[in-house]
Amino acid sequence: MPTDGFMYPNEIELQWSVLIVLYPFLTGLVAGAFILASLERVFRVEAVKPTYRLALLTALAFLLVAPLPLQLHLGHPERSFEMYLTPHRSSAMAMFGFVYLWYLMAVLVLEIWLDYRRDIVVLSQTTTGIKRLLYRVLTLGSSNISENALAIDNRVGWVITVIGIPSAFLLHGYVGFIFGSIKANPWWSTPLMPVVFLFSAMVSGIAAVLLLYMLLNRLRKQPSDIRCVDTVAKYLFYMFIIDFSLEMVDLIHRIYESDESFRSLDFMVHTRLFLSQVVIQILLGTVLPIVLLALTQVARLSEIARKRIYVFAGCLTLIGIFAMRWNVVIGGQLFSKSFLGYTTYKMGFATKEGLLPAIVLTVLPLFILWVLVKVLPPWSEKETAPVSAAVAAN
Amino acid sequence: MNMTRRHFLVLLPAAALAWENILAGAPETATNYHTSEHWWGMLVDIEKCIGCGSCVRACQKENNVPDGYYRTWIERYRIKEVNGVETLEVDSPDGGMNGFPSSNEPGVKEFFVPKMCNHCADSPCTQVCPVGATFVTPDGVVLVDEKYCLGCRYCIQACPYGCRFLHPQKNVAQKCTLCYHRITQGLTTACCENCPTGARQLADLKNPKDPIHEFLRTHSVQVLKPHLATGAKLFYNGLDGAVR
Repeated sequence: MPTDGFMYPNEIELQWSVLIVLYPFLTGLVAGAFILASLERVFRVEAVKPTYRLALLTALAFLLVAPLPLQLHLGHPERSFEMYLTPHRSSAMAMFGFVYLWYLMAVLVLEIWLDYRRDIVVLSQTTTGIKRLLYRVLTLGSSNISENALAIDNRVGWVITVIGIPSAFLLHGYVGFIFGSIKANPWWSTPLMPVVFLFSAMVSGIAAVLLLYMLLNRLRKQPSDIRCVDTVAKYLFYMFIIDFSLEMVDLIHRIYESDESFRSLDFMVHTRLFLSQVVIQILLGTVLPIVLLALTQVARLSEIARKRIYVFAGCLTLIGIFAMRWNVVIGGQLFSKSFLGYTTYKMGFATKEGLLPAIVLTVLPLFILWVLVKVLPPWSEKETAPVSAAVAAN
Repeated sequence: MNMTRRHFLVLLPAAALAWENILAGAPETATNYHTSEHWWGMLVDIEKCIGCGSCVRACQKENNVPDGYYRTWIERYRIKEVNGVETLEVDSPDGGMNGFPSSNEPGVKEFFVPKMCNHCADSPCTQVCPVGATFVTPDGVVLVDEKYCLGCRYCIQACPYGCRFLHPQKNVAQKCTLCYHRITQGLTTACCENCPTGARQLADLKNPKDPIHEFLRTHSVQVLKPHLATGAKLFYNGLDGAVR
C-alpha cells in the first residue's frame, strides 16, 4: 500500500471503510428528514405540509438501513447484540443501540402510526385479501376513528414530534460525538463536530426530501406544489448558511491555532484530500449550491427555472454532504498519528466492505421507501378523499 | 472417617493455605499472585537501545503475532541539520524486527525508540469500547477479551500511539498484553528477557523494592504524548523532543 513518510507500522491499514462513511450519511438523512417534518407539525410551517408524510417515511426507510453498514463492518457481527446486554457506559458507541431503538420505536414508528392511523383503519375496511390482513394488523386492534380519537392522535403526535426534535438532534449529534470525542485524532477531535454533523444532517435530509418529493410527483405525473418546494428550498438555503459558517469557524480556528498537527493536516488537505474536500465538498457541494439557492431567493426566476435549480442544487448538496462524511471518516485515517506520514485508502469492489455493498446499502432505503409509499401513500387529503367517501358509504 | 482433635489441628494450617489459593483464582494459584499488589509499567532506556530487533522477534514468537502486525516495534530517528534547518527521518522496516541497515553518515543524530502499548491508567482505548471487551486489570495491564470483542475497531482509532490492530484471522482487536501470562507467573516479559542491553525493564510501580523507583528519582523520564493525559506507564529515559 503506498505510503509517504512514516506511519506507525499498525497504521498502514485503514480501519474504517466506505461503509462507515455511509453510516453517518444515512443517519444524517434520517435526522434531516425528521426535522423537516417537524417544521410543519410543531412550527406550523403550513407550506411544507405536502412533504410531511414523505419526510417521515423517508426517515424511516433510511433509519431501517442505517445499522446495516455497521453490522457488515464488524469483525464479529454475531456479537453485536452484546451492546444491548452489557453496554459499556463510558463508550459513545455503546449508546448507539439505545439511541437508535429510542428513535426508531418511540419516535418515528409511533409518529407515523398515529399520523396514518385513520388511513390504516379506512384501508383495512376497503381493501381485500392480503392487503386487508396487512392493514388490519397495522391497526393494532384499534379501529376507532371518531373525531375524539383522531384529536387525541393528533395531540399525542404533536407531543411525540416535540420529543422527536431533540431525539433527532441526539441521534445525529451523537454520531458526531463518536468522532469528535477521539482525542487521539486531531482531524476528528473538536467539540464542533456534533454540531457540524447535525447541521449538515439537516441540509442533506432536507435536500433528499426535496428531491424525492419532486421525483415522486414526476413519476405520478402530478405537479409539485411550487409554494411547498420554494419553502423547503428556502429552509435548505438557511440551514446551508449555518452549516457552512460552522465549518468555516472550525477551519479558521484550526488555521489560526496551528497546533502540532496543523502542518500534517494542511498538507493532507492540499494533496490527498484536495479533490474530495476542496473541489467536491467545498466548491461543488457547498459554495455552488449556496450560490444557486441564493439566486432563487434574490432573482425573479420562472417556476420551471427555480425547480431545475432546486434539483441541481439538491443533487450537488447530497454529493457534497457525502463528500463531507468521506473526508471526515477516510481523511481522519490517511495521516499518521505521528504526523510524519500518510497512507492511501484503496476501496475494493465486490468485497465485504467494498463499493458494491455500499451501493446496495444506498439503494436499499429507496427500495424500502418505495414499499412504504405503496403501503402508506403519503399523498394529500384530497387524493385519498374517494377512499373516505367509500367508507362513509359503508 | 475418624479424626482426632490432634489430626484436625495439624491439618488446619494446610487447609488454610489451600483455601487462600482457591480464593486467589486460577492464574494465581501457582505463584500466589495477587493483582492488588502490583501496578505494572515499563521503563525504556533509549540510550541503551541498539535497534537489534530482538524484542520484536521475541514478542512475535511468544505471542504468535500475525505477519505485518506488531505488538511492539522499534523506530529509528535520524535528525540532520542542513544549513541551520533540522530535518527528521523516521523509519521502522518490518517494525525493526530484523534490525536496521547501518548508517555512518556524519553529523546525524540517530537513535532508536522501542514502542508498544503504554498500558495507560486512563486509557482512551478502554473508554470507547462499546461492550467493555478491553479493560484495565487491577494490576494495571490493558487487555482485550477475544471472546467478547465485536471487532468494531473503535479502540484502534482511539489509541494515540498506534499500538492496536485487528487480528486478520480472529477479527478481534489485539495488542501488547505485557506478557500477562508470564508476569503473573513471576516472569518478565518476552521483550525484556530478550533485550541484550537491558534497555527494556518491566517495572512494578507498587513494589517498593523495584529499582524503577530509584531510577525515576534520579533520571529525567518522560512518557509519549503527555499532553493527552492518558496516564501512560511506558517511561522513557533520554526521550528526544522529536519523538511522537
